[in-house]
Formats: sequence, structure tokens, C-alpha cells
Amino acid sequence: MRWISAVLLGAFVGAASANDVGQVKVTKGVAHVERDGARMPVVVGMPIRQSDKLVTGADGTVGVTFADNSLLSAGPNSTLVVDKFSFNASTHEGQFDASLQRGTLAVISGKMVKQSPDAMRIRTPASILGVRGTEFVVKVADPGS
Amino acid sequence: MTARTTLCVVLALLACSCATPIREETVVVLPGPDGKSGTVVVQREGARQVLDSPYAANVVRGDGSLEASRASALQISESFGTTLAALPARPTTFLLYFITAKDELTAESTADLDKVLADMRTRPVPDIAVTGHTDTVGTSEYNDRLSMQRAERVKGFLTGIGIPPDRIQTAGRGKRELLVPTADGIDEPRNRRVEINVR
Repeated sequence: MRWISAVLLGAFVGAASANDVGQVKVTKGVAHVERDGARMPVVVGMPIRQSDKLVTGADGTVGVTFADNSLLSAGPNSTLVVDKFSFNASTHEGQFDASLQRGTLAVISGKMVKQSPDAMRIRTPASILGVRGTEFVVKVADPGS
Repeated sequence: MTARTTLCVVLALLACSCATPIREETVVVLPGPDGKSGTVVVQREGARQVLDSPYAANVVRGDGSLEASRASALQISESFGTTLAALPARPTTFLLYFITAKDELTAESTADLDKVLADMRTRPVPDIAVTGHTDTVGTSEYNDRLSMQRAERVKGFLTGIGIPPDRIQTAGRGKRELLVPTADGIDEPRNRRVEINVR
């Protein structure tokens, strides 16, 4: 029964904490999270917190589901930072700021954007993207390319 | 050195200081499951572009200029296929209904709990968000409390069928999000529900 393995994996990566704002649902290849100066390999089931930096290698991808049902995935050779995430499940108010420093990102926005259209912003080195409830992709070319 | 050559040198220095190359950036809005798209507003310094149709794109060029563009489905799959493949499965939504002013499920909804379990089994690390809702009978405070009770009750059912409690978050949204819009004080059965997001 697949459910059993999921439960065991859940126990392995640790119980949910109040600081968790999302969870890794998908990952392939080399990817790690930088948190409080430490570097941890990304595994499915891992909780994601505010200020986490996700870094993927040449064959790496990471997909995260956030508390408001926002879905984000980083492609290979990418650096994505969760700058700020807050969400009130009763009022649906919140704020979601993330930065794509390099690489590719895919986004399906979640509940907080439906509540307030300015709640989600994605920063890139050159611009700021205001998200009004949609699906989109972003690419930041590597230096020199 | 003449004033003119001095000016030239200053301009050249300014050009150098600005020469940190801007990396090309591309943003493309995609169609949702219904074929429509929402909106992304791209801002760079003074410039602003609104992308509000499927495959509408914006490119920041190396010189810093914003350029409107349009992508094709083929270009998206070539440039973003690997990234899109890593998106988590969309959350599934189940609605369970309650008997008036109680935190008891209707018989039909009790049977629907099995569907939640079946959906969870298709996901690698499922977690569940349970959100209670009420009709508009009663005060906001009363309905906030009742909606939370309903969410907790459903969490109880789910843990009863073997789902670990630390995988289930609950919230009460009271009468803020009516499935069927009504005036205040209306006993509308379809508004007395709990939304389960399996994700």
C-alpha cells in the first residue's frame, strides 16, 4: 500500500511545524535547500520555510506545494528564494514574495491571490512580476549566455 | 583637455559603470485548465507591461528594454518542459455537506470520505487542508466557531480511517466564502460544507 510508504517518509522528514509554509512534492537530480547557513539535500516530503533558498544542479528540479495551494517548480540550474510567505487560512489574506535569481520557474497561483490580487510577487534580477491569479513561467538566462 | 573631451571621458565612464550586463529574462503567461489565463504585470524601473492572454510574453533584453512578445506551445515545451514537469499535482477539492446547525455529515458525504482516501493514495506525500464553511444564519463569530468545529470533525473522520493527524491542517472560514451567494440569515444547505484539499 503506497500510503504506508508515504506515512513512513513523513515520519522520516519530520512532523509538520508551525514554521512550515510548503512541502516538496516532486524532486529529481541534484537539488538542495539552504537554511540558516546549512545545506540540506532536497527530498520529497521535506517542509519548506520562509527564507529557504532552493538551488538545483544541471539535472535537478524541485516542485513545492504551499499552504495556500500555490504550486511552484524550479527547473535545472536554478536558484529560487522564498523571501516571504504568510497566509491566513480563515481570511485568505497573506503575502508571497519569491525571487528567481537564475534558471527557470513555473507557477500556478493559489488562494491568497484570489483574495487580494497584489498578494504575490516574483522578483527577478531585472524586474518584479505582480501575479493576478494565473499560471506562468519565468526564465533568467545565465550570465554570459 | 577641452571641456568637450572631459565630457566624453565622463560619459564613457558612466557607460562603463552601466555595463554590468543585464541577463535576458522571459515571462510567459500560460492558459489554465479552462483555456483562459489570468494576468501578470511585469515592472522594470519605469516600464510596465500587462500580460493577460494565453502565451502573452515579455522579454527583458540585454540593454534593459522590455519587449512584448508571444510564445508558442512548442517553445514553452522546449524551454520549460522539464520545469513544468516538476510542478506538483494540482490539489483535488472535495466538498462534504452538513446537517443544519450540527457538525454531522449528510449520509452521502460520509460515503464520499472513501474518495478522499483513494485520491490520497495517488500522491507521493499527501497532505490535507480541511476548511469548514457555514450558511449565513447567525453572527460571524458563531459561524467562525461552527466552521472550525466542522473542520475538526472532518479531521476526526480522516484520522479515524488511518490518516496521520500531523498531515491534516484545519481552518474555519465561517460565512466568508459562500458556495451559493445568499442574503444574511438564509439556511442554504449547499453553504454548510467542508472543503477538503488533497495535495
